[in-house]
Amino acid sequence: MSTLIKTSLARKFAMALSGLFLVFFLLQHFTINLTSVFSEEVFNEFSHFMGNNPLVQFALQPVLIFGVIFHFVMGFVLEIQNRKARASKYASNNGAANSSWMSRNMIISGAVVLSFLGLHFYDFWIPEMNYKYVEVLPENPTRYFEEMVHKFESPVRVGLYVVSFGFLALHLLHGFSSSFQSLGANNKYTRAIKGFTTAFAIGIPLGFVFIALFHHLTAF
Amino acid sequence: MNLTLKIWRQANADATGSIETYPIENVSPDMSFLEMMDVLNEELIGKGIDPVAFDHDCREGICGMCSMYINGEAHGPDRLVTTCQLHMRKFKDGDTITIEPFRANAFPVVKDLAVDRSAFDRIQHAGGFVSVNTSGNTQDANAIPIDKHDADKAFDAATCIGCGACVASCKNASAMLFVSAKVSQYALLPQGKVEATDRVLNMVKQMDEEGFGNCTNTGACEVECPKGISLENIARMNREYLSASLKG
Amino acid sequence: MADKWTNHKSHINLVSPANKRLIDVIVVGTGLAGASASATLAELGYNVKTFCFQDSPRRAHSIAAQGGINAAKNYQGDGDSTYRLFYDTIKGGDYRSREANVHRLAEVSTNIIDQCVAQGVPFARDYGGLLDNRSFGGVLVSRTFYAKGQTGQQLLLGAYSAMNRQIGRGKIKMYNRHEMMDIVLVDGKARGIITRNLVNGQIERHGAHAVVIASGGYGNVFFLSTNAMGSNVSAGWKIHKKGAHFANPCFTQIHPTCIPVSGDHQSKLTLMSESLRNDGRIWVPKNIEDVNAIREGKLKPTEIAEENRDYYLERRYPAFGNLVPRDVASRAAKERCDAGYGVNKTGEAVYLDFASAIMRYGKEQAHVKGLNENDAVLVKKLGQDVVRAKYGNLFQMYEKIVDQNPYETPMMIYPAVHYTMGGVWVDYNLMTSIPGCYAIGEANFSDHGANRLGASALMQGLADGYFVLPYTIGDYLASDIRTGAIDTNTPEFEAAEKAVKDQIDAFVNNNGKNSVDSYHRKLGKIMWNKCGMSRNAEGLKEAIAEIKALREDFYKNVNVPGKANEFNEQLAKAGRVADFLELGELFAKDALERTESCGGHFREESQTPEGEALRDDENFTFVSAWEYKGEPSEAVLVKEDLNYEEIEVKTRSYK
Repeated sequence: MSTLIKTSLARKFAMALSGLFLVFFLLQHFTINLTSVFSEEVFNEFSHFMGNNPLVQFALQPVLIFGVIFHFVMGFVLEIQNRKARASKYASNNGAANSSWMSRNMIISGAVVLSFLGLHFYDFWIPEMNYKYVEVLPENPTRYFEEMVHKFESPVRVGLYVVSFGFLALHLLHGFSSSFQSLGANNKYTRAIKGFTTAFAIGIPLGFVFIALFHHLTAF
Repeated sequence: MNLTLKIWRQANADATGSIETYPIENVSPDMSFLEMMDVLNEELIGKGIDPVAFDHDCREGICGMCSMYINGEAHGPDRLVTTCQLHMRKFKDGDTITIEPFRANAFPVVKDLAVDRSAFDRIQHAGGFVSVNTSGNTQDANAIPIDKHDADKAFDAATCIGCGACVASCKNASAMLFVSAKVSQYALLPQGKVEATDRVLNMVKQMDEEGFGNCTNTGACEVECPKGISLENIARMNREYLSASLKG
Repeated sequence: MADKWTNHKSHINLVSPANKRLIDVIVVGTGLAGASASATLAELGYNVKTFCFQDSPRRAHSIAAQGGINAAKNYQGDGDSTYRLFYDTIKGGDYRSREANVHRLAEVSTNIIDQCVAQGVPFARDYGGLLDNRSFGGVLVSRTFYAKGQTGQQLLLGAYSAMNRQIGRGKIKMYNRHEMMDIVLVDGKARGIITRNLVNGQIERHGAHAVVIASGGYGNVFFLSTNAMGSNVSAGWKIHKKGAHFANPCFTQIHPTCIPVSGDHQSKLTLMSESLRNDGRIWVPKNIEDVNAIREGKLKPTEIAEENRDYYLERRYPAFGNLVPRDVASRAAKERCDAGYGVNKTGEAVYLDFASAIMRYGKEQAHVKGLNENDAVLVKKLGQDVVRAKYGNLFQMYEKIVDQNPYETPMMIYPAVHYTMGGVWVDYNLMTSIPGCYAIGEANFSDHGANRLGASALMQGLADGYFVLPYTIGDYLASDIRTGAIDTNTPEFEAAEKAVKDQIDAFVNNNGKNSVDSYHRKLGKIMWNKCGMSRNAEGLKEAIAEIKALREDFYKNVNVPGKANEFNEQLAKAGRVADFLELGELFAKDALERTESCGGHFREESQTPEGEALRDDENFTFVSAWEYKGEPSEAVLVKEDLNYEEIEVKTRSYK
């Protein structure tokens, strides 16, 4: 069992599993966000549940944070190791001839998503933690929608949001289907998996962008 | 055709190398790339310049010895060929061609374009075999029927020529395709299944010790592989490894 | 005869397992013979040191063998047997091979297949999961096992994997990128070799109780051949110069199906597997006007009507048709091309046409699948799929080299030097005339006589390495168990090393003006023109004189750039070409001496009125073993008479 955490293949599994977990989280996040387009109440209800349910807060949230940190740290570690594996670089290298831009630049798309997460934490998670656990303000199950809409007033933020989700889409275009390959799934369903993951990788970020733009445009 | 060649020159493993430029004239489109290099070397010898060292042997795409990184791709721009099978008709008059060795820490340069791929051998020593002695008393070859599909897949994996194009093309210098081809060949055959657990663990361990990078599924290896070894093999190795780890 | 090998094995001396640990064996070469011998010797317990000039043992040129490996398994139930394989091989070799060796080869052939399958070699199988067979030239049964067009690769990787296991266990010490420079004899016995590390030029001494030469054939004496660029005769030639007799050097196989020469830049020739003759039909146009039109590019081969084609093999040899043995097929192609019917610009090519096979298979498939058998487009497509499954990689290879699609237009082929039946003389134990020095695989002369049948080279390499040498070597080594480790600090090693260094120094300091390759090309031209597919006394005499002159010029004027103590391919090549320049002369001398035609050796003076080879059994039923006497021209002929007890010597006919 110890071999599972030391070797290149173990790291590959770990990246795939943490990535898949984050994809799952993304879907869940998207679903809740999407409700905001249809109904302020439903959105508030979901947000309140996610923000106050002890299982979510004290079991899922730490796992999620661990997953995010693990995925990013491991991503950087792998990148460093991989660069070291070829100390003397090619003078001429035509990567585009044999692989997609996305697959070769996961570190770039990942870094952009990471900086976005910083902004996102600054926008939502830190105030939220502050609200709940530092200042311990009174419970208000209807505050979430307004807080969110407020954030989307700034065109700069919405712009950053759009760009970041663009990079997330690029990251997912390679990463999502790649995680299946890493876990050993390459068979007659591969085409279907490729199709599904591609649709997901484009559709979900586009959905987030749509929600952001929706609130930005309807806020006034 | 008249061409400009930019070629990596490095006197030995410890020397620092650099790109040198050599013009070459009257190249026939029917020449193979290595025949063009032969002509260049004859010219260099005539001029008193040290000829360019490069590995080559069978010149029919099967020994896996030739190993040039041509215009940014392992074995050059053509598909499903080794450097010796690449023909000059793939280039145009006036082209500049950059020729480098396969680069990876695990493949140190021997001289100019020749590299040391003994890391591949050592990975095979770790488990690339079925432990059966030569006795003359093994069971009859037809005693175990093997599903034709499995046999064909095992064959496809076994056609790997060990050239290292997968490592050279991979942005991470990963050797997964090579290792997985061997692991797959044996995993698919009943004769190889007996030792499958130890094999995959030992070969992956050795692969890591040789200093190859990690696999990030870019798929470059599959595209550049002169034998078209499929990424399916890497997936199969991943499965084999996972189950072997859980077992062991 | 049937029990000779079994009896021999039971009665020869053995080395006990405890003593095997004290004995070192050197193996030079890692093709099928060398790799399988190394692995098996190590399994038995000997300490093996194996050398190859390539960067990995897996790259030896056995890897390029395409078609298959013969074995008398009779899985097809078509009447095959050990005797039939034995008989076919003797007959195919035109009654110039040693009966006992060939019988042993046929006996162990079945073990090879069992062994390889056990090692995980992925042979082709049918849908029932059992091994598939195909038919090769010169035989009437299907006994050839194959792995698409890469049988040699799969078998070599099998042997390499067996080696890897022993390298991992420390029983084989592998020396990659090392070239054997000479053998060292102590008290007349082989006791070690001198090698050059090709990476840094270091000269090293290696001692052992026995030395096994498995360095392959010498086809590259022709410069252009299907051999690998590095294939050379040096290991075999060095032991010849130290006392090993060299047998039948003129027995060379010219393979009929190779891709024709495209120009002066050509560095080697590419073989298209003989298996293609299972389905391809060989022809040239009947009318010389059509030939001319084709050469001028005005006519396509597909436009020539069936009745205007000359399927000359089917015409001349109705019984075997396109599957006549290689020497016969090659000569027939040469005959047509010499008569002016060659179909490419140089006039040295014939067609190998798959159109009728494609239609035949297509119809069969349409029938099986219940589709319309009269739909020509569909049938063609289905047929192409079948052909692709059988020969896909060969067709692809052809297309890459020639830039023509062989599914649509016939291939062009021409004979090329492929294999050398001749080689170092060995006894029944595979020991050369030097005690303790063995030669196996293509490097020896023993099993193929004057012509080798297709798919028998792989069989012989593995038979020698897996099943013969590991046993017979014990007979010699049994008397060596008290010798102890071989000391390499002796005058004999000293002297051998000095001679090697002197030659290297002479090369790098020669400051000549001609490149090594230029000499090799010239030698190749002489060999091809005068010692090629047909030979005559006058040409051979000229060849002897020309090669001698060329050799003298070589030592005077060759230019070897670079230094001795570095990776220096030109230097390595210079040593190999030097040996070819001596072998070439002996080759021509041997061919001159043998005034009969047999197998691959065709003397124009000895032919039937129809132009078929005419053997002279009364005067030439012997092996010509040559003893070195300082110069190739002074070599002394030692005849080993061939006695056929099991087989009646007949005129070889494939009509």
